[in-house]
Amino acid sequence: MQALVIAAHGSHLNPDASDPTYAHADAVRETGAFDEVREAFWKEEPHFREVIRTLESNEVFVVPLFISEGYFTEQVIPRELRLEEWDPKKWDSDGTSATHATLEATDVGKTIHYCGPVGTHDAMTDVIVGRAERVTGDPTIGEGVGLAVVGHGTERNENSAKAIEYHTERIRKRDRFDDVKALFMDEEPEVDDVTDYFEAEDVVVVPLFVADGYHTQEDIPEDMGLTEDYRLGWSVPATVDGHRIWYAGAVGTEGLMADVVLERAADAGADVGDARGAIRKAVTPADGVDRRPETEPSAEPGD
Amino acid sequence: MTLPTADVASLLETVDTDGEVAFDGLRIAHTDAGYALETDGDEWHGLERAALEDALEPLAAYVTNWRYWQETVGGEGTARRAFLRWCERAPLADADADADADVADDHPSVDDPLAVPERYDALHEGLDREWGQLCITARLVDDAEHAAGERVYDLWHVDDADSDIADLEVSDEPRDAREIATYDEDGRYRPLKTAPTLPSGWAFTGLSGVELVEAVGYFYPATVANWHRELWGNVDVDHWTETAERQTGIYDVVDELPREAVEWMAEACCVDSQCLRRREWQYDADDELDVDGGDGPFPCREPCSLVIAAARKWTIIESEAEHTYELELTTSEYNQLAELIDAVADGRTDEIREADLDDGANRYRARYLRAKRVDKEGDLEARRLDD
Ligand code: SF4
Repeated sequence: MQALVIAAHGSHLNPDASDPTYAHADAVRETGAFDEVREAFWKEEPHFREVIRTLESNEVFVVPLFISEGYFTEQVIPRELRLEEWDPKKWDSDGTSATHATLEATDVGKTIHYCGPVGTHDAMTDVIVGRAERVTGDPTIGEGVGLAVVGHGTERNENSAKAIEYHTERIRKRDRFDDVKALFMDEEPEVDDVTDYFEAEDVVVVPLFVADGYHTQEDIPEDMGLTEDYRLGWSVPATVDGHRIWYAGAVGTEGLMADVVLERAADAGADVGDARGAIRKAVTPADGVDRRPETEPSAEPGD
Repeated sequence: MTLPTADVASLLETVDTDGEVAFDGLRIAHTDAGYALETDGDEWHGLERAALEDALEPLAAYVTNWRYWQETVGGEGTARRAFLRWCERAPLADADADADADVADDHPSVDDPLAVPERYDALHEGLDREWGQLCITARLVDDAEHAAGERVYDLWHVDDADSDIADLEVSDEPRDAREIATYDEDGRYRPLKTAPTLPSGWAFTGLSGVELVEAVGYFYPATVANWHRELWGNVDVDHWTETAERQTGIYDVVDELPREAVEWMAEACCVDSQCLRRREWQYDADDELDVDGGDGPFPCREPCSLVIAAARKWTIIESEAEHTYELELTTSEYNQLAELIDAVADGRTDEIREADLDDGANRYRARYLRAKRVDKEGDLEARRLDD
């Protein structure tokens, strides 16, 4: 038997923070690729600490629903799962290249395949592009359009900027958009000045965040000048300094994220059969536009 | 109940392969002298195959019981199996692969087990168990859709025990439990799943064993696994000091929380009125807290994330120096402060009637006190006597 655990942050304050986690877990459940699929959280239940004991499977694939390698993926999750042999070196990563490490959870004696975060997987590049297609409603979006991938920046974690730059570079190489830029909230180049960085009139802005919340629903829209006050909302596209800004909301709510989760597990040796095909089919009908309901905003400042 | 021939065939095949089946009070052995059959009350020896089948005819309950547990449920040694056996008051030790393993029969959740005939009688009526605020009914379904001896499980809120099922929101999809467990009666978010604030008004009916355990897992995550470990004497309790020292980042500070504050914290968060897990963690392995840990069926094996987050707040507050303040209050006003604290701590403010001026936590009383004793900055008017 094999099990999948999606490890996410969760929230004590915001009931919606875990919605994307449940949505992606349910999508994987529907494929039947795993005997058991479980959500686990840092701030909700089951906690990382107690999730493995709820499983009957002896092979467990743990996929962190986090954007970058750093404090949570390298310290908190392995410690709380009791992966005593863990050492970040086992990922042998340059900051964005972690795939997986195989360890034992010492409280239950099960084999844990501890995967790198979803945010740095190559398949995430497709999710970002897919998000741009969805927000513009144009499955061929690219020509004459700029794309900004937005992240936190290095303030809390150096690798967080690396993950943004990694996907930006990969999309740039595809030569699909006129220009592709990595922008940040707390360092240069800043998302506040988004219009300075693009010549194209149309600019799609995709925040590389796991869940919608304070940053993606309040800070970023106000900083970019999409709206004076986030409570008033903003239009998509919104006109700022002669540019049309198509602002997407957190990429982590995208249905195709379930595919990235599966890829992570498959890279670590999980037998996922044709589950990936099933998910891609479920989220991308013929016109390439995902019509599954979007999850609501989530996560609060400092939560 | 008639005896399904397929179940007999499957049972006797197992006897022939293994030489013996001994399960839940039924024992059949195949020896050179023919078959031996034993139940809780009777025994037969030297039976030919046909005679054995005849002898089993009135023992349909034992046979279908064997099939349900060994073929439908399976999972020897799993928490799921033990929990389902507990739901119908079956002996728990039989649920473990290692039948010799000691199950803690003094565990608060364990009572006298029922032998198969009594259990079947009870299951026909529906056998109820309580798990926190959940009520679980195990019952036998005798209909064409289900195999003989097949159990199904209903799940609802203990407060709905007398409700008409037609008045409840009925579901057969365990995942619906997630939404129910997310909000309390007033629509507020429940960050602690085991808080005694689960709303009522819903029911799950006709769940399979797997679905029941899944639904219970959404209502009270990991409680079945930890209960199972506790029953077999291997629940791994992490006491306060170990848990606090493990923390990093913004929670690194919580190991500085004074010993007495840990006591107040357990009283604030972990008693039964606030959380249905039975707190088994102490200050240290050999330093117990005085506060009552509660007496629910499932244990709390380490301070949860909510308590750790709260501990951070209290660590910061406890690091402040104490001062002496001087302020003027009438005796009634002084008593009113305690009443206000009490009402908030017990979550009683919503219940205080609008015009109940005798209650110190009444809104008008509180507003009056604020008008009289609180200055423009929102501070209580007082003088600090030390520096
Ligand atoms: S630490 Fe206290 S509040 Fe948290 S789950 Fe355990 S008993 Fe409940």
